[in-house]
Amino acid sequence: MSTKVGERVLPTGRARRPSASEPGTRKNRGTQQQGKATPWLFLAPYLLLFGSFVIIPAVLGVWISLHSWDYTLPNKPFVGLDNYIALFSPGSTVFGPFWGSMRATGIFTVLSVPLLLIVPLAVALLMSRKFPGRDFLRAIYFAPYVLGVAVISVLWRYLLDNNIGLVNHYLGLLGLPDDTAWTTSTPAAWVALVGVTVWWTLGFNAVIYLAGLQDIPIELYEAARVDGAGPWMQFLNVTLPGLKPILSFITIITLLASANMFGQSYLMTQGGPGRETRTAIYQIADTGLRNFQMGSAAAMSYVLTIFLMAISAFVFYIFREKQPKKEVRS
Amino acid sequence: MKQKDFLGRRAIGVTALGAALMLVLAGCSAGGTGQAASEPFTGEYAGPKVELSYWNGFTGGDGPFMETMVSEFNAEHDNIKVVSNTMQWTDFYQRLPAAVTAGEGPDVGVMHLDQLASNAARNVIVPIDDLAKDLGLTADDFTEDVWNAGVYKDARYGIPLDVHSLAMYYNTEHFAAAGITEAPTDAASFQDALGKLKAAGYDTPFWMPTRWPSHLMNLSVMWQNDGEPYGDDGATFDSAAGVEALEWQRSVVDDGYSPSDVAIDSQYVAFKNGETSITWDGIWQINDLAESGLPHAVAPIPTIGETDAVWANSHNFFLPRQAKADQNKVDASKVFIAWMSEQSAEWAGSGMIPARQSVRDAGALDGLPQAVIAETIDSMRFLPPIPGIGGVQAETLEIAVADGVQGTTPPSESLKKAADTATKLMEDNKASFGG
Repeated sequence: MSTKVGERVLPTGRARRPSASEPGTRKNRGTQQQGKATPWLFLAPYLLLFGSFVIIPAVLGVWISLHSWDYTLPNKPFVGLDNYIALFSPGSTVFGPFWGSMRATGIFTVLSVPLLLIVPLAVALLMSRKFPGRDFLRAIYFAPYVLGVAVISVLWRYLLDNNIGLVNHYLGLLGLPDDTAWTTSTPAAWVALVGVTVWWTLGFNAVIYLAGLQDIPIELYEAARVDGAGPWMQFLNVTLPGLKPILSFITIITLLASANMFGQSYLMTQGGPGRETRTAIYQIADTGLRNFQMGSAAAMSYVLTIFLMAISAFVFYIFREKQPKKEVRS
Repeated sequence: MKQKDFLGRRAIGVTALGAALMLVLAGCSAGGTGQAASEPFTGEYAGPKVELSYWNGFTGGDGPFMETMVSEFNAEHDNIKVVSNTMQWTDFYQRLPAAVTAGEGPDVGVMHLDQLASNAARNVIVPIDDLAKDLGLTADDFTEDVWNAGVYKDARYGIPLDVHSLAMYYNTEHFAAAGITEAPTDAASFQDALGKLKAAGYDTPFWMPTRWPSHLMNLSVMWQNDGEPYGDDGATFDSAAGVEALEWQRSVVDDGYSPSDVAIDSQYVAFKNGETSITWDGIWQINDLAESGLPHAVAPIPTIGETDAVWANSHNFFLPRQAKADQNKVDASKVFIAWMSEQSAEWAGSGMIPARQSVRDAGALDGLPQAVIAETIDSMRFLPPIPGIGGVQAETLEIAVADGVQGTTPPSESLKKAADTATKLMEDNKASFGG
């Protein structure tokens, strides 16, 4: 009984509390005068967007994936887990294309992520030094990133064309093999796709690295030098640990971005040769939007999502901070 | 890969799906299934001023010509303003159902004959039997395939504007240098021409594309070999006729007449640059090549197989389903279609062949380069009006042909595998479209 009474008192008690507390503590009074709804009100605009563009579609997606869902047709029969079962049955029409596309996504991710972590770091290290024309070079490295995927893909599609493109022409002038089919054969197509993507997006990662480098106190380098550390030891023992929080951020977004690659292969290789460079997102878009098999496409999306979540969790685990020593700014 | 998109979002692999879902939501809310009312068509529109949104995919050499005709129509009609929206055909067939389902479709549009059945089955377009009747269009004025393909479940959905086929373009300078006086017409003379061109120093006279229009070449030669790509029980493009066609395509590469692994569009660019002597492409490129100043000529594709046959298609006017029926717009759209159909002689200037025999007989093609192609109109072959066939073909035959031409998979194997998949997909389609 007593507890019940206590509970009932609470709501009114809360209103009375400020007067009971010490009059001088302004901070206290500030938070306590606001109702419980205040944080939610502040969150509301974001929650509304998050809810309508992420939560609702994600839940609706599960529902769609349980149907044979063609949005143009009145009948969308419930099929249970058939869409998922088909994805895992070797004889089905979707098995080959889907796992082929997952494989393509895997290849692209494995090839592009290390490069997108290392090359921008090297660029950032160079750009953090003081030398004439530094700002100009910084702009140059970032410049491709402002272009859209359609622009860079069409540009490179023609540059890399095996028969009429400039790249092979100049390779030929240099006495190198000039008959590589950059967009129509593997593994050359992967070299092209990864190369173009690195060229295109390295500026973005480099800018984040640069910000991180500027965050490392200069005293640490001085101390290291006093201890007799050369440039390599300074890099290993000061720069890398200092970049660790940023590294985990860059790794995750680069991984996800690479795993969601679509535009480059859609426009540069048309998924070819055959469907070798057709990535998972490409396959999902094709199945759902071009062939109107939304149910199957939704199921594919969830399988891909589970993969990406597992990989993200693994990356977080690797970069976990046992004892946060330093404030992270990113 | 667009990294900035991922800053606020984690591990959501449903980028494409998200967009799709919004369409679904929009589709549910629109909910209008009202057919466009079909009052008798009077041939004229006297109502208040309307603006018609007109969707088409004339992005090739035919695009500027369509724009001119639309301007002419607008100038002649004070109370109708047609605003055209031109996009790539592949995007067109993806966007149209989405837009119509969301209640945001155009007022009138043009689509290919082989897409009419799919879109009729999806309830994207509405029957226009009355319009065909009022225009005085009858079967005997059209090629049978063209006329019949517009009918789905006993109702007419399309008004044919033109027919267009694959054609052979050749560089007349190269031909003269190689001492070829006449366009090759069969396998032997084609082979002979390739040999002569090669001997004259044109190393790769006939670039074999791996993508568009490679599968159209495959279909043409398959029909020439008396094969059929699709039958009642599914896909049959893996028949001997189809395999032979693909083997011939590959042999052009193996014999050194084409470089290997030709990337999309580069055979056409190479032809325009005078790097290759012969290319097979659609007659819709006639104006584009004429403008390029390249010394060239057009001829029907040679008969590599036994029978004269060539892949062809047809542009058809349609009326999309509207969420809210606006009789004024429907009437105005019908006036537009009627006007275009009557002006199809002028449309011939775009490189196309008017669909109506009466228009052709009246001399619409006199002096035009495609006149030689129009003579072969009886050998033109069209894809059967099976709902969903376009999507099936893009996922199966097109990729099998690419694999075969590139030599990554033997033709018989790639076609067999693709045909098995196509048959399954066609069965699925049959189930979802209700036969």
